[in-house]
Amino acid sequence: MLRAPRLRAPRPRPPRPPAFRSPLRGPWLTSVFGVVLLAALPLVVLTGLLDYVAYGPRFGQAYPAGVGWLHPPLFDWPTRPAWLFQLTQGMHVILGLVLIPVVLAKLWSVVPKLFVWPPFRSAAQLVERLSLVLLVGGVLFEIVTGVLNIQYDYVFRFDFYTAHYYGAWVFTAAFVVHVGIKLPRMVRALRSRRETAADPDGLVPAEPGPVTISRRGALALVGGASLLLAVLSVGQSLGGASRRAVLLLPRGRSYGDGPGDFQVNRSAAAAGITTDATGAGWRLTLTGPAGSSTVDRARLAAMAQHTVRLPIACVEGWATTQTWTGVPLRDLAALAGVPDPGSAHVRSLERAGQFNQATLQRNQILHPDALLALRVNGIDLPVDHGYPARVIVPALPGVHCTKWVRGIEFRRA
Amino acid sequence: MRDPVRRIARAYGANPLHLLALLASFAIAGYAVSRLVHEPALVRIVVWFLAALVVHDLILFPLYALADRSLRAGLRALWPRRGAVARVSPLNYIRVPVLGTGLLFLVFLPGIIRQGASTYHAATGQTQQPFLGRFLLLTAAMFTLSAIAYAVRLRTARIR
Repeated sequence: MLRAPRLRAPRPRPPRPPAFRSPLRGPWLTSVFGVVLLAALPLVVLTGLLDYVAYGPRFGQAYPAGVGWLHPPLFDWPTRPAWLFQLTQGMHVILGLVLIPVVLAKLWSVVPKLFVWPPFRSAAQLVERLSLVLLVGGVLFEIVTGVLNIQYDYVFRFDFYTAHYYGAWVFTAAFVVHVGIKLPRMVRALRSRRETAADPDGLVPAEPGPVTISRRGALALVGGASLLLAVLSVGQSLGGASRRAVLLLPRGRSYGDGPGDFQVNRSAAAAGITTDATGAGWRLTLTGPAGSSTVDRARLAAMAQHTVRLPIACVEGWATTQTWTGVPLRDLAALAGVPDPGSAHVRSLERAGQFNQATLQRNQILHPDALLALRVNGIDLPVDHGYPARVIVPALPGVHCTKWVRGIEFRRA
Repeated sequence: MRDPVRRIARAYGANPLHLLALLASFAIAGYAVSRLVHEPALVRIVVWFLAALVVHDLILFPLYALADRSLRAGLRALWPRRGAVARVSPLNYIRVPVLGTGLLFLVFLPGIIRQGASTYHAATGQTQQPFLGRFLLLTAAMFTLSAIAYAVRLRTARIR
């Protein structure tokens, strides 16, 4: 007589809405997306926080101001390597873009949970679902504000820095706890690789529909989408020939082939810079503890010139490397009677605008490649790039490389 | 059941550590909002935060799920059931370029529809003029590649 196989009493299965049928869904697929995000999102958060430090919160020029305890450990932003800010901010923006398909896929893989009824069966579930509002709302909010900002679309009509910064803290707090709660399940699911394995979250559909794409195919689709975004964005930070592939973002555009034809951040017209202000009457005011003096452009050009190839990198994750010529800032500090300065305050001819002034740290003045540039690529600076003179300092955020400089005040340590 | 931790865990539904960690994350979120009480745009920020969630979960997801379901139903109803063509479903050859187009449209929407033209011009000195055309060309390229891949696939199925 054949004995029927002994059946174990089935475990009580978590509820799952019948409308969701995709046979792809299950703990393994969700965990694959989860592990990618676990590896990459901390890099996005970290590089974002580094950007806050790079802006110089010590001088009150990091945005938003007055963050209370919500800031990373502060330190003087280094000037070496010169491509540091290009790297951190390029990684922040481009990795953020590349992760969009992974975030959307991860959300797709768990979306049945959103429609489970009743929505919670214990206080623990209720509290955890509330935290998912912060987690999912947070990641989507950061994506939306970031993506709009790099395209100069301020349709949201609030301060980008403020919203993106605090949103990041809300998201990060929820993310850390979510990882703490789900990590053991993720590890178990990745180890098992079997969809028949434990499904504590009820992700596997009760009545799976027909297979229309393999799990591997779905992963390739998400990976391909990420790759597409990478190809369309990485060139804005790397520059060179790869910039030509940046077809849909502002910083893939060409300005021409001339020596002054490179990415403009804030045009002279937008900054209200007139030819009167930049013409023969322009003087640079140098201020030290003993008082002020002025120098004209001819005198600056007669001083010892230094030429260096340096990237100028922007918070929007793009950069351009050019050859700058000008007077080392430390020579100007000596001229102002402060050979050993603690900081320098640079002012622009631009009257309005959030970045018409900047304070430089000691290392940003004394670095031999830190310049008040007069020329770029062998020509006088074009007016859109800061004629008559602009600051260029290794690894300094682009907005602090003040254009159309009218004065520098050197302060003792 | 004398162990108090167990008693709490039973009443709450998870280890008490679960509650403590979540409350800590709520406190950080609350602190972040408290830094913004004097921010005039606070309400707008909160609205955008919640809208991001609602638009994704209750509009974007249902829309693309519905579109996929309609596509599959349409193919089931119309696709031939015999011959070489029947063996190679065009489903994924349609899905992939549609998804690619949708993704590019969502991510690069401001340039494509020329939103924020004045801030764009102030920042770059240029206009958003080329983006719509480039987007359409990329879309054309994705559908063309997919069509070629499908044609090749169909041909190999016929030879077999």
